[in-house]
Amino acid sequence: MGQGVRAASVLSGWGRWPVVAGDELLSEDLTSLTRQANLTRGLGRSYGDASLPSRPSARVAGSRLADRVIAFDAETGVLQAEAGLTLRDINRTFLPRGWFVPVTPGTSFVTLGGAVASDVHGKNHHSAGTFGRHTRRMRIRTGAGDIVDASPAVEPDLFDATVGGMGLTGHVLDVEIALRRVPSTFIMGETEYVPDLDTLIGTLLEAGKTWPYTLAWMDGIGAGSRGRGVVYRGRWADAAEAGDRALTWPREIAVPMAAPYWALSPFGMRWFNELVLMRYGRRVQRSVMHPQSFFYPLDALLDWNKAYGRRGFTQYQCVLPHRAGLAVFRKLFQTIAARGGTPYVVVIKDFGAEGRGKLSFPCPGMTFSIDMPVVAGRTQAIVDAVNDIVAAEGGRVYLTKDAFTRAEHYRAMDARVDGFNDIRRRWDPEGRIRSALSVRLLGDAA
Amino acid sequence: MRRIVLVGGTKGIGRAVARQLAARGDRIALLGRDGTDLAASATDLGARAPAGALPPVTAILDLARTETFDAALDDAARQLGGLDTVVITAGAFGTQEALESDAAARERVLSINFTQTILLCEAARVRLLAAGGGTLCVLGSVAGDRARKPVVLYGATKAGLAYYMAGVDLRYRDAGLRAVLVKPGFVRTGMTAGLPEPPFAANPDDVAPAIVQAIDRGTRQIYVPAIWRLVMLVIRWLPGAVMRRVKF
Repeated sequence: MGQGVRAASVLSGWGRWPVVAGDELLSEDLTSLTRQANLTRGLGRSYGDASLPSRPSARVAGSRLADRVIAFDAETGVLQAEAGLTLRDINRTFLPRGWFVPVTPGTSFVTLGGAVASDVHGKNHHSAGTFGRHTRRMRIRTGAGDIVDASPAVEPDLFDATVGGMGLTGHVLDVEIALRRVPSTFIMGETEYVPDLDTLIGTLLEAGKTWPYTLAWMDGIGAGSRGRGVVYRGRWADAAEAGDRALTWPREIAVPMAAPYWALSPFGMRWFNELVLMRYGRRVQRSVMHPQSFFYPLDALLDWNKAYGRRGFTQYQCVLPHRAGLAVFRKLFQTIAARGGTPYVVVIKDFGAEGRGKLSFPCPGMTFSIDMPVVAGRTQAIVDAVNDIVAAEGGRVYLTKDAFTRAEHYRAMDARVDGFNDIRRRWDPEGRIRSALSVRLLGDAA
Repeated sequence: MRRIVLVGGTKGIGRAVARQLAARGDRIALLGRDGTDLAASATDLGARAPAGALPPVTAILDLARTETFDAALDDAARQLGGLDTVVITAGAFGTQEALESDAAARERVLSINFTQTILLCEAARVRLLAAGGGTLCVLGSVAGDRARKPVVLYGATKAGLAYYMAGVDLRYRDAGLRAVLVKPGFVRTGMTAGLPEPPFAANPDDVAPAIVQAIDRGTRQIYVPAIWRLVMLVIRWLPGAVMRRVKF
């Protein structure tokens, strides 16, 4: 089993675009499996090409069968586990005992290795930072083949480059994180309707002063929307608020096939957005919520990416510094609309301080993530135009979501690339570890 | 609380079943040939067990070597302080093409899945009956339900195993031994990785609860996911002329 079993000859990320030829090798024994591998991927939930091989003959190790807990300290909540353990499994195992992942993205179908590689952020970025802030230690197989222990104290350069390093510094074999003690297993959540983008951002920033979890959803369709939307706020409920609610996990339903192209048409989505807004009404609504509905509303629908149809979709996510201001934020959406793009789902969140990851995405400012179906020709032009704005304003894009950004734009946005590549070369002199993304953006040879 | 011996509990469906059992506080002994692997899985199960549960134990057993069976089962029973359930999820697999071209792999699949598994069942049966009864659960396969082109050799071993389990049930149920045969359809594990995925493919976590329920109830035969019962009903009734033509 050390060599692993070939699992797929065609690979793609969550956006189902691009699709490339390549083999994914699977084994429970990730340490042996990574010996010959050029890249490790987890559940393939990054949207674009981050988990795809640089060329068809490259060897991609799949970590998902390596999902054992190595140690758990019930006093401190420190958890060490193999890189393929998912946040879903962690929450289902440890939330009933009063522990939750310290930081989570909008899906729990993420492996520990993937969470580190993307240095994921969540609704609590303004209060808790990224996943890397809670990562204490990793065991990494470097491109040179050695197995290295890395932490903020030991080999800090390798540690910091691996946090948010898109899997390009080595194969993460196991990870130690500090789980967060929670007072109950339920969330006290609030929603508030906001009529325009100005109010949305003001309400979001104000909420962040007192709430650990915040997020805004914006209706991006139609010139008339002006940026109306809903602001979400949440915190863990205390024992009295949670009452005698019992924690059970909702059933997950698989999306059986790719949706026809018209299902998520602009017309359909406009009505969907109207319904969402109607549901939230015009007043602040407060309720005790299941953590699944608060953190992972889409996880109950397995393979929901198929809803975007066969052509695939992209989620463009960028961060703009606060100083860019409302006019620039508006310009993003106007630019997309002017090029025939339809921002179906727009999620807005304020970021707190930058973390220690050498290539991590989050930095202080506002982040916008915009789901768009992939349309031949058009999508590339939209991303190019938006990237012009983001680069000019001192922002950057999230590589985990990205599939379309050009190397020139990326370099213009992120001066940290050279320093990151220097660290990579030290641990991988022959440049064995590469991905389709590193070829596209970081100057690697295919 | 059961006292369970798991053979093959470190990987695939066995790993998922072991986690379910551990999470509800059953006493577990993991048997296998790699001590390091067993220890790592025992730690994983221990972390998932309720506070205060006794940690899982391990014993070395090599399914390919009959002479290891008695000692391993006795060692496990001693560490558990008794034994009431034996679950065998270990097995060998190879595609028909691989088995036709590789004599060693062919012999391995035939011997592990049939002879060795049944010899281990026999060793377990004797001990369970001596203890006044218990549950013997073995993983078969839907491949044992009907001869099909891609699983000629593998299917034959699983069909033979199913006959054995049916016989054990007839002969010993009255004495208190409950024989449970689990027939998985396509489950995504290291064993099936790389095979073309049919409809109704499932993850180990999806099928584990039904297997645990079958162990608890002593169900004679169970398909997981349950839909495969229907699928195999249809396939069993297909005329030979049709089976000759189709690729599955």
